[in-house]
Amino acid sequence: MVEKTIAGKSINVNEEGYLIDPSQWTKEIAIEMAKEEGLELSDKHFEILEYLREKTAAGEALSIRKVGKSGIADIKQLYQLFPGGPLKLSSKYAGISKPTSCV
Amino acid sequence: MKKFLILGAGTAGTMMANKLYNTLDVEEWEITIIDQYKTHYYQPGFLFIPFNIYTKKDVIKPKSNFFPSGVKVIYNAIDKIVGEENKVLLEGGRVLQYDYLIIATGTQTHPEETPGLKDKLWYKSIFDFYTIEGAVALQNYFKNFEGGKLVMCISEIPYKCPVAPIEFVCLAEAYFTKKGIRDKVDITYVTPMSGAFTKPVASKMLGDLLEEKNIHVVSDFYLERVDNDKKTIIAYDEREIDFDVLTIVPVNMGSEMIERSGMGDDLNFVPTDKQTLRSEKFENIFVLGDASNIPTSKAGSVAHFASEILMENVMSAIEGRPLLAKFDGHANCYIETGYGKGALIDFNYDTEPLPGTFPLPGIGPFGLLKNTKINHYGKIMFRWIYWHVLLKGKEMPIEAEMTMAGKKRV
Ligand SMILES: Cc1cc2nc3c(=O)[nH]c(=O)nc-3n(C[C@H](O)[C@H](O)[C@H](O)COP(=O)(O)OP(=O)(O)OC[C@H]3O[C@@H](n4cnc5c(N)ncnc54)[C@H](O)[C@@H]3O)c2cc1C
Repeated sequence: MVEKTIAGKSINVNEEGYLIDPSQWTKEIAIEMAKEEGLELSDKHFEILEYLREKTAAGEALSIRKVGKSGIADIKQLYQLFPGGPLKLSSKYAGISKPTSCV
Repeated sequence: MKKFLILGAGTAGTMMANKLYNTLDVEEWEITIIDQYKTHYYQPGFLFIPFNIYTKKDVIKPKSNFFPSGVKVIYNAIDKIVGEENKVLLEGGRVLQYDYLIIATGTQTHPEETPGLKDKLWYKSIFDFYTIEGAVALQNYFKNFEGGKLVMCISEIPYKCPVAPIEFVCLAEAYFTKKGIRDKVDITYVTPMSGAFTKPVASKMLGDLLEEKNIHVVSDFYLERVDNDKKTIIAYDEREIDFDVLTIVPVNMGSEMIERSGMGDDLNFVPTDKQTLRSEKFENIFVLGDASNIPTSKAGSVAHFASEILMENVMSAIEGRPLLAKFDGHANCYIETGYGKGALIDFNYDTEPLPGTFPLPGIGPFGLLKNTKINHYGKIMFRWIYWHVLLKGKEMPIEAEMTMAGKKRV
């Protein structure tokens, strides 16, 4: 665990930069985190982040397929919004833990 | 008579039919098991068919060999469950009432979910080995294969037996070496996960093993479609990989019966309490095996460990007691690595696969996360154990609950 100051707020993140406590999340933190990785967040991005936070709070497991069926963006658009790893990146910016694909 | 229904007579349903029959008072309970097919397939054996290690004969037996004589058997497709009315509808119109129900309808492969997969190259240069038809078609294809790019691709997670594709590329590597054409075959393992396996320690061990065997690993590749003319697989991020022969784990989904019943998640797996194994929607419905959404491997060994917990909780439910037995997600998988060797992993919801010995601390005989000859015999023995011990619901000399004894934290 590392303590980090981001958008003027002190937060705790794990080695991979995921928030330990989702309740510490703010929109500003998301913007800063994404900016550090060279990504500018739009309203569309935030719709996804809100969706992820809602589903996680409801205890539902997430998959790219499921987010792709959310009606906000299909899988292809998700890859365009979050290049490289849509679910991994969006989860990080949404302040929830890294999705565990269970096997 | 009170009625106990089991939907699906595969690994999980058959085990439960035996356990329930041995435990419930048969004067009081009528136990019925329903499946659409009469043949039981030993699915772990499909892996060996493409390499002529097993034939079709080795992996099939009549389902009826494994049911106790007092259990009623119905061979019929299931249409849906009406949980609010404790009713199951069969295709053709028959209606069955139940007091308790176990869902054990497993998971099936759906190549049609991926555009271009089940197209003109299907069973010509694209094969799955998750069905008997696919495994046999691939066996025939390999007989005349002279070399080229072999790509093993996993379409979606979760899928049953998460180690099977790793075993497949290892066995292919050994098979082509023996045939003297290894230098002409380029083998690539393509996965939507971030490494050879999700859990870090096992992923490293298995990743190293593949590298040693000169098998390329492409990770974070989420398959969008297959181009039949160019013979390429294309990911959502537009990466492309060429193939001469593609072996695929198609999208795995629970039975459509679950969807028709309105009881599934987006992949038709049934939301299930991961500890008690009871359906989250109905108090008198339990779920065992691949059909559930519990976060552990979809494997026969998991269904076996879970069946012991389920039996306890079913008895508690019937007798009106709280469900105290808790499943820990225990999985135990032998991994064939070729050349008469194998590896073994043992893990649960909380503990990832770790190195050590199994089942006896310091003695074994099996080595965890080690590539040994004795582990290979474990896998071979598993077929005998499956037919003679596991399906019959008999006790095995391994505890349902995972133990840390013999494991080393790393
Ligand atoms: C290639 C391969 C290798 C594997 N290797 C291993 C291994 O080494 N070790 C291990 O532990 N596991 C292994 N497995 C996994 C193992 O076979 C499964 O996890 C196990 O069979 C699951 O049991 P189940 O009862 O949940 O499902 P299944 O055994 O698949 O049974 C489901 C049953 O439900 C029936 N059914 C479904 N829908 C309906 C309907 N609507 N109406 C009527 N009947 C229906 C089906 O006909 C089927 O008989 C492997 C699987 C594959 C494919």
